[in-house]
Amino acid sequence: MLRGFTLAAFLCAALFAGANSAQAGNISGAGATFPYPIYAKWADAYKTKSGIALNYQSIGSGGGIKQIKAKTVDFGASDMPLKPEDLDKAGLLQFPMVMGGVVPVVNLKGVKADDMKLTPGVLADIYLGKITKWNDPAIAKLNPGLSLPGSAINVVHRSDGSGTTFIFTHYLSQVSPDWKSQVGENTSVEWPVGVGGKGNEGVAAYTKQLNGSIGYVEYAYALQNKLANTLLQNGAGTFVAPNSESFQAAAANADWNHAPGLYLLLTNQPGKDSWPITGATFILMYKNQDKPDTAREVLKFFNWAYVNGGDMAAKLDYVPMPKNVVELVRGIWEKNIKGPDGTPVFDPSMAMGSNK
Amino acid sequence: MTALDTTGLAPPRGFRAQEAADQAFRGVTFFAAAIVLLTLVGILAALAWGSVPAFRAFHFTFFIRQVWNPVTVQFGALAPIYGTLVTSAIALLLGVPVSFGIAIFLTELAPEWMRRPIGTAIELLAAIPSIIYGMWGLFVFAPYFANHLEPWMTAHLGGIPFVGALFRGPPLGIGMLTAGVILAVMIVPFISAIMRDVFLTVPAVMRESAFSIGATTSEVVWNIVLPYTRTSVIGAVMLGLGRALGETMAVTFVIGNAHKIHASLFMPGATISSTIANEFTEAVGDVYYSSLIALGLTLFIVTVVVLGLAKLMLRRLDYRLR
Repeated sequence: MLRGFTLAAFLCAALFAGANSAQAGNISGAGATFPYPIYAKWADAYKTKSGIALNYQSIGSGGGIKQIKAKTVDFGASDMPLKPEDLDKAGLLQFPMVMGGVVPVVNLKGVKADDMKLTPGVLADIYLGKITKWNDPAIAKLNPGLSLPGSAINVVHRSDGSGTTFIFTHYLSQVSPDWKSQVGENTSVEWPVGVGGKGNEGVAAYTKQLNGSIGYVEYAYALQNKLANTLLQNGAGTFVAPNSESFQAAAANADWNHAPGLYLLLTNQPGKDSWPITGATFILMYKNQDKPDTAREVLKFFNWAYVNGGDMAAKLDYVPMPKNVVELVRGIWEKNIKGPDGTPVFDPSMAMGSNK
Repeated sequence: MTALDTTGLAPPRGFRAQEAADQAFRGVTFFAAAIVLLTLVGILAALAWGSVPAFRAFHFTFFIRQVWNPVTVQFGALAPIYGTLVTSAIALLLGVPVSFGIAIFLTELAPEWMRRPIGTAIELLAAIPSIIYGMWGLFVFAPYFANHLEPWMTAHLGGIPFVGALFRGPPLGIGMLTAGVILAVMIVPFISAIMRDVFLTVPAVMRESAFSIGATTSEVVWNIVLPYTRTSVIGAVMLGLGRALGETMAVTFVIGNAHKIHASLFMPGATISSTIANEFTEAVGDVYYSSLIALGLTLFIVTVVVLGLAKLMLRRLDYRLR
């Protein structure tokens, strides 16, 4: 009788363990919309290779933060990094996954891509509504070769909250004290002037539609919509064009080692080749994992993406994280993400294991 | 008076079963009706509960403040309320006369062979999803407005005192006016389809009597058809207004989404529903999130107030006519 009971209990336990490991096979995440195309691409390639499926819902960074805090997903994704104190309060850690650049685009007759030069101050003053005409002396002085009309500048911005806006307004706050005090930085702000388009595609459509307009979009959207991007003066004083090299230059010069909680924005980075409005998108995970098996699968996936996902990212106009940053992130995983018994979830040998 | 004494009579065979079926049927229909009420109360309660942090932070100044600043966490609903009311007003101003014309033409004037195709076309318009109207508005309407209509309006209407201010400003093609016009196009099928149906309910006898004493078609419309269907016509307009107040995607595409109140109709604005659609996904922070839910509650209140006022107007009108 007793033996029968024990046997049944044992069978049950085995069954549950089986069910658990089957569940651990799939991982789930939610959050930012900006990296969704590349996460989806990685997930697809990873599933073919490992059989493990990622279910990623692109519900927005705000939603991603809410979902991970409610523990309904295995990881959250946000374009805006959380401040170190907020991370500690929630018991979370974050790491950058992939980067992109935000570029100003103009729609002005006769002005093609890389034709117009802008300084940070001029860009901020346009978005503050201080410079209102295209033939303003400040713009004319920078662009003696262009014939600029006396028409009004139609400013276009995002109407929805977005990581793109966060990176853009964070940049303007850094380069313009007026912007910092009057508007500030956030995923959405109170814009002094302009019309708002929904999504990168909305801003692209408005910019195409309105003559004499200026907008800001993710680099990929500027390319796809054949919008005329401007050159922008960076912190070192050179005028740079937005492209994957200048984004990578910004990332390479970034000092991740001295960024507590990896809270780092890549705007206005040093270096003469750095594109000044670059940003990373982040993953949020709990430090103390109730389900270490699932967490291990999540980390395996991200590790695989770091190692093998670079080309796929570049094809979609994202910029992969540089090697030194990946090393740093692996160290942080090993040190901080722990199971209920306090053992690290991530095993550095895994980094090699999936490097095929 | 002697009441029929039924106490001694046994109910006929099968009566009990029928009664039970009746009871069950009544229960089912009552349940169906109760679901509507419960849903309404539930939504209202959820909105009110979600709005608590916003009202705790801003009290009732939430309804009268124009500021909408996620950075400093200051929110007010005035600009979206203004945008919602103004775009809906434009929509009604343009949409109602057109719908009325369509309905009258179809019921009184059009030759028989034209009625069905036009009627079907209107019903098809009503079936187009709103996002299609939005894209069409952005890619077709907006450039036309920017290049032709708005400069013309500034030249011809901009000089009129007071009203002129509505038509001055940069011709962007994206703004309150375009949103109002798109809304008008969207509500016309609804209003005209209902108007046509109610005009058809006017008894032929009444029409024919009027014609027989020598009334013209316009006299029949104004003196027979309209008074007979007045309540339903206003109901049709209210339905259109309800759609205009709540319409989201089409407006989001063309209104320009700026939380500012401008005198000019050419300038970008925002409506309550467009603001929610734009900002809900990325609203981080309790007060911001709650302010968006409070906006939803505001739309609820605005709709109830507007429809209530319309009902009141209708009652006044009825009273005066009697």
